[in-house]
Amino acid sequence: MSILHTVNKSPFDRNSLESCVRLAAKGGAVLMIEDGVYGAMKGTTASDMVTNAMKDLTFYVLGPDLKARGVDEGKLIDGVKVVDYNGFVTLTVENDKVQSWL
Amino acid sequence: MSDIKKFMYVNRKAPYGTIYAWESLEVVLIGAAFEQDVSLAFVDDGVYQLCKGQDTTGLGIKNFSATYRALGDYDVSKLYVEKESLEARGLTLDDLMPLTYEDADDDYAEKDSIRVVSSQEMAELFEQSDVLFNF
Repeated sequence: MSILHTVNKSPFDRNSLESCVRLAAKGGAVLMIEDGVYGAMKGTTASDMVTNAMKDLTFYVLGPDLKARGVDEGKLIDGVKVVDYNGFVTLTVENDKVQSWL
Repeated sequence: MSDIKKFMYVNRKAPYGTIYAWESLEVVLIGAAFEQDVSLAFVDDGVYQLCKGQDTTGLGIKNFSATYRALGDYDVSKLYVEKESLEARGLTLDDLMPLTYEDADDDYAEKDSIRVVSSQEMAELFEQSDVLFNF
């Protein structure tokens, strides 16, 4: 049993990413979408939290949302995987259920 | 009924500031009416929904906190509150409304509906659910 967690809020505006990381069980996938993509950038006050969680969770970020916001893939935390909309669909199929951290 | 699913309603917002808490309660009652296995989780500011002494008379809006006390009558008897969220807000179980249900499997003994659990236990409860509703 695994859960796909989606986070659509900036970690600098809401605690959604922080709570997701705290309450996601080992083996889960976290997909950052919409303003959530800012949580995938390196060198921020949220980066360490994401890097530390990588031992238990796999992190993905939605490419079109990155592009829309002018976030270059080179600025992402090492290990965060970029997916397109098809990748988003694949993640929902690969996991048993989705938890959206509003 | 063979197709009973485990529904988990995750509440992360304080009451009154936004409509999330009330909307969640409405959907919970719908789920219960369809005889599903319903659980509620309260994390982050969601724990404020259960605080005792709510009085909205000065706001002119409905005080829906009493509705939580009715949940037991709808067989909604599993309200999980994250310990870490309570502690971060300086709250303890004593600050929450006493919520009970009558256990039909135990000669209708009155039992507490609220169960305080750790982050890890909460993560496991999410894993064990079939469907997650987030508010």
